[in-house]
Amino acid sequence: MSNLEVHFHEIGVLDRIAAGDTFVHRLDPRSKLLATLLFIVGVVSFGKYEVSALLPFFLYPVVMAAASGMPAGLLGRKLLIVAPFALLVGILNPFLDREILTAIGPVPVSGGWISFTSIVFRFMLTVSAALLLVGTTGIHGVCFACEKLGMPRVFAVQLLLLYRYLFVLADEGIRMFRARSARSFSGRAPGPGLYAQMIGTLLLRAIARAQRIYLAMSCRGFDGAFRSRTPVGWHVRDTAFLLVWAAFFTVARCVNIPEIIGSMFVQ
Amino acid sequence: MHMADALISPAVGGTMWVVSAGMIAHASRRLRKTLDESHIPLMGVMGAFIFAAQMINFTIPGTGSSGHLGGGLLLAILLGPDAAFLAIASVLFVQALFFADGGLLALGCNIFNLGLFPCYLAYPLVYRPLAGKNTGARQVWTASVVAAVLGLQAGALGVVFETVMSGISELSFKAFASLMLPIHLAIGVVEGMVTATVVSVVRHAHPEILRHGSGERLAGSSYRRVLAGLLIAAALTGGALAWFASAHPDGLEWAVSGITGREEIEAPKGGVHAELAAVQENVAILPDYGFATANSDGEAKTEEAAWPAVSAGTTVSGIVGGVLTLIVIALSGWVVKRRSETRKVAAG
Amino acid sequence: MSHHLVEARNLSFSYPDGTPALKDVNFRITHGESVAFIGASGAGKSTLIHHLNGYLMPQAGEVRIGEVPVTRETVSGIRRTVGMLFQDPDDQLFMPTVSDDVAFGPLNLGLPRDEVDQRVTDSLSVVGIEHLRDRPPYKLSGGEKRAAAIACVIAGAPDILAMDEPSSDLDPWSRRQLIQLLAGFKHTKIIATHDLDLALDLCERVIVLHKGEVRKDGKTREIFSDEEMLLECHLEKPLRMQT
Repeated sequence: MSNLEVHFHEIGVLDRIAAGDTFVHRLDPRSKLLATLLFIVGVVSFGKYEVSALLPFFLYPVVMAAASGMPAGLLGRKLLIVAPFALLVGILNPFLDREILTAIGPVPVSGGWISFTSIVFRFMLTVSAALLLVGTTGIHGVCFACEKLGMPRVFAVQLLLLYRYLFVLADEGIRMFRARSARSFSGRAPGPGLYAQMIGTLLLRAIARAQRIYLAMSCRGFDGAFRSRTPVGWHVRDTAFLLVWAAFFTVARCVNIPEIIGSMFVQ
Repeated sequence: MHMADALISPAVGGTMWVVSAGMIAHASRRLRKTLDESHIPLMGVMGAFIFAAQMINFTIPGTGSSGHLGGGLLLAILLGPDAAFLAIASVLFVQALFFADGGLLALGCNIFNLGLFPCYLAYPLVYRPLAGKNTGARQVWTASVVAAVLGLQAGALGVVFETVMSGISELSFKAFASLMLPIHLAIGVVEGMVTATVVSVVRHAHPEILRHGSGERLAGSSYRRVLAGLLIAAALTGGALAWFASAHPDGLEWAVSGITGREEIEAPKGGVHAELAAVQENVAILPDYGFATANSDGEAKTEEAAWPAVSAGTTVSGIVGGVLTLIVIALSGWVVKRRSETRKVAAG
Repeated sequence: MSHHLVEARNLSFSYPDGTPALKDVNFRITHGESVAFIGASGAGKSTLIHHLNGYLMPQAGEVRIGEVPVTRETVSGIRRTVGMLFQDPDDQLFMPTVSDDVAFGPLNLGLPRDEVDQRVTDSLSVVGIEHLRDRPPYKLSGGEKRAAAIACVIAGAPDILAMDEPSSDLDPWSRRQLIQLLAGFKHTKIIATHDLDLALDLCERVIVLHKGEVRKDGKTREIFSDEEMLLECHLEKPLRMQT
């Protein structure tokens, strides 16, 4: 299996987890979306040399993962798959910023290493929060929440249709790719000419499919407006969930908790 | 070239969110007026198509590395700029959620870089005038390549700008730009070639779709509205820049020195290999004139004031406290897991 | 019950590239009949089915559903009367969950919320997939997808069911389930297929299409006994009738 097939398989896994039924799953999608956004803004609003104050924020993903039954292994694998860009850019920091800012015992530490550590933590926090959002809410729920919070209908419908046909078209792409690699012996990616032909074929199939879907829609009375039923409602528990986390994020953002705990032990 | 949450500041991320959300609202409003209802499933499936197409890599000639289709320009030609922008934005949205590609805060940046530039800049201002009414293979080819290259270069510059203005990465504008622009030049050429080929295939098989896409919608007033949108985006970006500059006095300096150094980078140097060699050289000698040494003497103090202080004394307590915090978090995670499991057993 | 009539009068159709697909087709299907259109690939079966609910408009001749000709003005009423089952259920299941898909038609009819929910529940239980209610369609097996697609169609309460290759891509067990399900429906059924055994099970009447023309129209057993004609139309006697 190619990397991409693994990738797609894992969307399926996330989807299955999203169909679970725990306290976190039952929350209104809006409360989870807002909490996630607050969390991310809180994390990235720290200065670039901040490391220790980021740590309390790990409470959110850890508790959410534990409460929703999201396997830690899956989160870890996903983090590794998407790591490259952020880490590639971040790893240059230690080379560019060599000014010594502090020391751990006898070992001097440069600003670059501190900011790199900070980037790694930010990365782990923001990525796992996004994955947990979709893993406990599902794309349908996220779309519903976004639409309630002002996302245009056309765009929400676009998202749902995209997601629905992702698997169908990805499957066609994978099959085509397999057929090509079965007949090429170099194992290299195709050059632009062949690539364009493959893309063109895929596109024509996609267009034909879109026409058939439109036919199916109009057979059932589609007139351009998408009507759907609201899946969930806002309860007291949603307000409580949002308030508790917002309060925690605010405290963790304003007070360096590890620093305080540490200073109680180290004089 | 997805921006990542870990590399951006809330000011940059927030500004780009506002800009991108505004563009989505604008595109949706215009689509509601003009959209043929048969285009609704077409847009969705085209988004899924871009996804699938990105799974297949191509070799970039002469480099041995590989890239994949961005697809913004192709969709703009097929569906028109508004529908294409929404389709690309939805692709990025799903990537941010499921692949954690980029991240939720960086989503605004990514939609701006990969959607707005090809759909509202490269397509109406470069592709359309160049391709004109001619459907000849030559015009389409030239127009596609030029538009794809410019769109991707603009996008890459966007990534550089956003990263440097966020100030989390230490890369200077010049160094980062000289890394990003040449490689995206090569990818842009391939993207343009692929776009031209695919467009001619579609023109052959489904001429009616191209008629929809490049219809008369981009008449004078719409042009002006797009330009107005871009101006607003620029103003907002400027606002963020000022905000950023007031919090971090040296940030503006970076950006300004970067802008003055830009002509030099954009000047053609001939050949991908020459470009790459130049990049290597740049990166190798960077530590000599990079950001850190430039203001290590005079501005070290202001820096400590601007960012939460890091000093040797607080470091130890920070580490001890950090370890303890993580232990507490791990314990609470364990407790929550135990509780939800026992509840499940009790319920079942 | 004249509104259940399905009639084609001198129907002809060519595709935009000039390929003729239907040439002077005539037939009349009455209330409660089950009719199979059979023919080789490219014989015009799908084109014909697409005319029955106005996806394609006749270029010459006409199609009448009940006493109403299919035109741009009448098409929305026609689509309530004729339920259409597509060849690839993936094209028909476009919503995030099975129940959303089933509710799509009733919601577009403007029914009140509780009526929509009732129709969803009823339709799912008729095809026996209530347990799949909240599942996303792309996670279903071929047989489950087909069942869900049928639930979508009957949720619109049509009088006539038109089906395009309903048994394609089904494993033998799912195909058997499908045949039993369809046999229980009281609707007028029009099935385009080259699964001749399915036609033998479900339809008392068969219309053979060959190169866009009606080659023969008659009782199922009689037509399937005419081996020479079947071979000429690139067809073959159903396995069950071969000895």
